[in-house]
Amino acid sequence: MSAPLKYSLPQLPYSYSALEPAISAQIMTLHHSKHHQTYINNLNAALVSQAAAFSKGDIVAQLHLQEAIRFNAGGHINHTLFWENLSPAASVSSQLASAPKLTTAIKARWGSIEEFQDKFNATLLGLKGSGWGWLVQDLNSDILEITTSKDQDIVPAGKKPLMGIDMWEHAYYLRYLNDKGSYTKGIWKVINWKKVEERFGSGIEDVFGPLAGLKSVM
Amino acid sequence: MSATLLRTSTAARSALRAGASKRAATIASTSFIRGKATLPDLPYDYGALEPSISGKIMELHHKNHHQTYVNSFNAATEQLATAEHKEDIQAQIALQPLINFHGGGHVNHTLFWENLAPSKNGGGGEPVGKVKTEIEASYGDFSSFKTKFNAALAGIQGSGWAWLVKDNETGQVQIRTYANQDPVVGKYTPLLGIDAWEHAYYLQYQNRKAEYFGAIWDVINWKAVEQRLK
Repeated sequence: MSAPLKYSLPQLPYSYSALEPAISAQIMTLHHSKHHQTYINNLNAALVSQAAAFSKGDIVAQLHLQEAIRFNAGGHINHTLFWENLSPAASVSSQLASAPKLTTAIKARWGSIEEFQDKFNATLLGLKGSGWGWLVQDLNSDILEITTSKDQDIVPAGKKPLMGIDMWEHAYYLRYLNDKGSYTKGIWKVINWKKVEERFGSGIEDVFGPLAGLKSVM
Repeated sequence: MSATLLRTSTAARSALRAGASKRAATIASTSFIRGKATLPDLPYDYGALEPSISGKIMELHHKNHHQTYVNSFNAATEQLATAEHKEDIQAQIALQPLINFHGGGHVNHTLFWENLAPSKNGGGGEPVGKVKTEIEASYGDFSSFKTKFNAALAGIQGSGWAWLVKDNETGQVQIRTYANQDPVVGKYTPLLGIDAWEHAYYLQYQNRKAEYFGAIWDVINWKAVEQRLK
């Protein structure tokens, strides 16, 4: 097996302060340049170890590495999706009008946007520990669902992620402290509805693929 | 854990003192008599664990986070009492994750406050006596134990705790990690717990959690650990 792919930190399409006041520049700086970078570093290290274990035919070592790969790859994927589905409040992308098809689908599913947001926020606040809240589309039924994943688990196979919200404490603590309810309310002002609409209309490969910046550099 | 640690309301305590614990238990489903969990007072000031843990962190952690676990645990046990009263088994089962999470949060934090102490007031240093002997039996020496404990803390994927526990079957001590607010119950007795949730260190250490894990040893209350090992 040749050297494994090496993942790298995707550039943010906006400045660290661009999401203020919903998310402070200090949070964005640490979250992107430290937390996300650490997931990538640990993922790359685990992949090197995995390649070594593979070339030695050491299947036990490969199995032991799966937890680290799952966690750190998940951290990289989830954060990449998250940065993409955020945008500055004043931008056109953050206006709900940028997602006409999705708006119709959400209204059909939950009655109104407000109802959907209330349900989504209740789901976020119900997380016990670190994790993520997601708007996903079931690939068999096309039905929209609100779901959660714990720690850095990605959305399970069979579901296409449209929008993810990070509920790890590092995502909001420096600004909101224990008042996570205010974080979940504020985040809606910086949702990149244009991107969420785009994911709604594309295949799962396009969500996880080059659009998400997940194609790595050798 | 001592019964006094998780205090119940005055009414419930006096009922227990009156030797009416059996009767109290049978009528506990009447919610107004049920003992309520309450936030324990800290045996030191919020600023007393500085510089290992900042006063601001301690204040938020105790007054807000711990209080929320207490409130939510009480709310869940109220609902459980109602579900028991109605003999609604599904509702009782559905409440279990909330009881585990918020009850665990209350128990874990209570044990945590107790196993910390200001360095000016006995915190830090190295364990002596039986704790020292047991740690050395399992980990060789204190320094290797600390290294292993910190590695366990750093390896937690998400929110959780690392504990030194006693295996109740063998009597041996060991390091174990628990996810989220899962409490140390059943086969193991909790001896020493370190909170690895981000809210326990983020305001002071941000993403540099290894620094927090390094500094916490200056405020460990080994006397409390010894009491628990007895």
